[in-house]
Amino acid sequence: MTVLAPPTITRTGQTAPRPARRRRSWTGWAFVGPFMTVFAFVFVAPIAYAIYLSVFRTRLIGGTSFVGLENYQQVFTDPQFWSATWRVTLFLLVQVPIMLILALLIALAIDSGRLYGKAFFRVAVFMPYAVPAVVATLMWGFMYGSRFGLVGNINDTFGISLPDPLSPDLVLASIGNIVTWEFVGYNMLIFYSALQVVPKSLYEAAELDGASQFQVIRAIKLPAIRGALLIATIFSIIGSFQLFNEPSILQSLAPNAITTYFTPNMYAYSLSFSGQQYNYSATVAIVMGILTMIVAYAVQLRGTRKDR
Amino acid sequence: MFTNRRAFLRTAALATAAITTAALAACGSDDSGDTTTPVSADQVQAALDKGGSITVWAWEPTLKQAVAAFEAKYPKVKVNLVNAGTGNDQYTALQNAVAAGSGVPDVAQIEYYALPQFALGKSLTDLTAFGAGELDGTFTPGPWSSVKTGGGTFGLPMDSGPMALFYNKEVFDKHKIEVPTTWDEYAAAAKKLHAADPKAYITNDTGDAGFTTSLIWQAGGKPFAVDGTNVKINLADEGSAKFAGTWQKLLSDKLVAPVGSWSDGWYKGLGDGSIATLVIGAWMPANLESGVPGAKGKWRVAPMPQWTAGASAAAENGGSSLAIPKAGPNNALAYAFLKYATAGEGVKIRVDNGAFPATTAELKSAEFLGKEFGYFGGQKANEIFAKSAADVVPGWSYLPFQVYANSIFNDTVGQAYVTDKPLTDGLKAWQDASAKYGKDQGFTVG
Repeated sequence: MTVLAPPTITRTGQTAPRPARRRRSWTGWAFVGPFMTVFAFVFVAPIAYAIYLSVFRTRLIGGTSFVGLENYQQVFTDPQFWSATWRVTLFLLVQVPIMLILALLIALAIDSGRLYGKAFFRVAVFMPYAVPAVVATLMWGFMYGSRFGLVGNINDTFGISLPDPLSPDLVLASIGNIVTWEFVGYNMLIFYSALQVVPKSLYEAAELDGASQFQVIRAIKLPAIRGALLIATIFSIIGSFQLFNEPSILQSLAPNAITTYFTPNMYAYSLSFSGQQYNYSATVAIVMGILTMIVAYAVQLRGTRKDR
Repeated sequence: MFTNRRAFLRTAALATAAITTAALAACGSDDSGDTTTPVSADQVQAALDKGGSITVWAWEPTLKQAVAAFEAKYPKVKVNLVNAGTGNDQYTALQNAVAAGSGVPDVAQIEYYALPQFALGKSLTDLTAFGAGELDGTFTPGPWSSVKTGGGTFGLPMDSGPMALFYNKEVFDKHKIEVPTTWDEYAAAAKKLHAADPKAYITNDTGDAGFTTSLIWQAGGKPFAVDGTNVKINLADEGSAKFAGTWQKLLSDKLVAPVGSWSDGWYKGLGDGSIATLVIGAWMPANLESGVPGAKGKWRVAPMPQWTAGASAAAENGGSSLAIPKAGPNNALAYAFLKYATAGEGVKIRVDNGAFPATTAELKSAEFLGKEFGYFGGQKANEIFAKSAADVVPGWSYLPFQVYANSIFNDTVGQAYVTDKPLTDGLKAWQDASAKYGKDQGFTVG
């Protein structure tokens, strides 16, 4: 509708006759038509289809029936769904801060100009992001192997017995390590590019005032990249809630440690593809989507309020 | 102006709804066409003469040679043999294709345990329409009864998997361990072997639903009782308890290698002697020959260890049928191939390449029984397998949703492999989760 606004304003001044006005309004829609069509197909239709699926239930015996909100009721009392959600929340609370602080430290170090071989570090830290997640996980999976992997080799060579990274207690931490490795470079790049646009005059002024490097970081650099920090945090929240590739691939190496409901996404996947419960799976997907939006929005609200 | 815009919005909303509905209709699978019209042998022959191409989803290794021979015999027919994954991976792909109504293969390999689920879901063609009934007596009773489910014949048995003990003789000789004949001796051998060589294990196991159910089967357990839509699950019956007792000992003492079957580490272990035995189906020799060529001559075959000394009970492990998905484009040609590969000339070709047949004629032929396996040091292994096939404990049945039940095996029973939780608790959890799913799917679970 905002697209329509400009022509409306210009025309009201001319007091054009009514039929012409009518035609004009359709012209506007013709322009947004292509967009609306694509939007309907690509954005609205899949969501509408998921909602449509979520109010039915298909059974092997008895076929499909309309069940209203029963699937939603089931989600809210489903211990497997909530254990999965709790697991990714824990992941979010531990892994995201570690990753972002590491990324920030590296970005500040590279930006400080005191680092020897700055270009090399920038590329080296960013490189893992260019490795596809599937390949990265397979690679780490081989290293984690306590029989034939790197951990196994270390155990053999030094005659020690390291804890098995793929055991039920440690597997979430091991996945956190993989994800951190993959995404530190990406977040570092966001922070680094935000630091690049800080006007150099501020640093000169700080130097004249005799500010120390830490005072510069606290008073100039961090406030300047608050927006970037917020964006990186929101991306990481969404990424955590959508955790799927890494546990899904490691599952073949640790089938008992990574259950079919390890993360909400894996739960939706196995409901749909092993259990044929498409309807319930769609419900889980919708609920998880809404939860993610709520958390991301809450973080954004908080972040922008501080800006003012 | 304002009213116009609102009218337009309404139209737009309607249009969106219409588009969505159209998309939904396209996504929904077509449930019509429940009755299959009879297809005569002449029509099948006509399809062969006319030629065309069919797609076969299978992972069984000897089908490759059968396909080549089939194509040589019927030059107008092209068979695309696709490996769409092993076991569950393929079923997932197949279920998706069936649900989407496109990309469905003409022929699919489906293990016996999974066949009832696909048949019940109305995804498969009832082969009675093709005259599969004539094949009565062609196949051994076990596999033949497995493909006849819910009042139809939904596949033709391709192979069977009567179980046997495969053991690495070199390892057993080195540590002077007797080949176990009972499961108690097996547990003792496991202990002795691991004590003699801490890197060596009697076998590998990370929680395998097929293996567990086969051992319960051999122990005389009948945890799954199915009568139409009435299902009973009892994973604490006598047979299940026998299995849990023995296996718990092996798990508690960490006597089984935590290596998943079919993984790289598994093949490596089978080759270097760190995995000393496998209790597995008679289809294994072809896999050993192709997957572990380096251990040729070291392995031998023995009858399955027994739960009661002196008994001779056996169970089936795996074994597959070839089935024709309903939505497959070329059913007549598909049936021609099915018959060729499972009951026709294809059987001989596959057996020669290491497959284990489900056909009575092959199982009884002197040539088959007398075959000396170079891989097993010239042992006539088929005699043991054929004996095992005859000793299979009757009366076993799988759940009509066994594919799903097996997919959550590691969530439940698997916990006993990595924590202190007892195996019996795991089996109970598996029973409860399977029962819950059965109820959700409309079965009466007692």
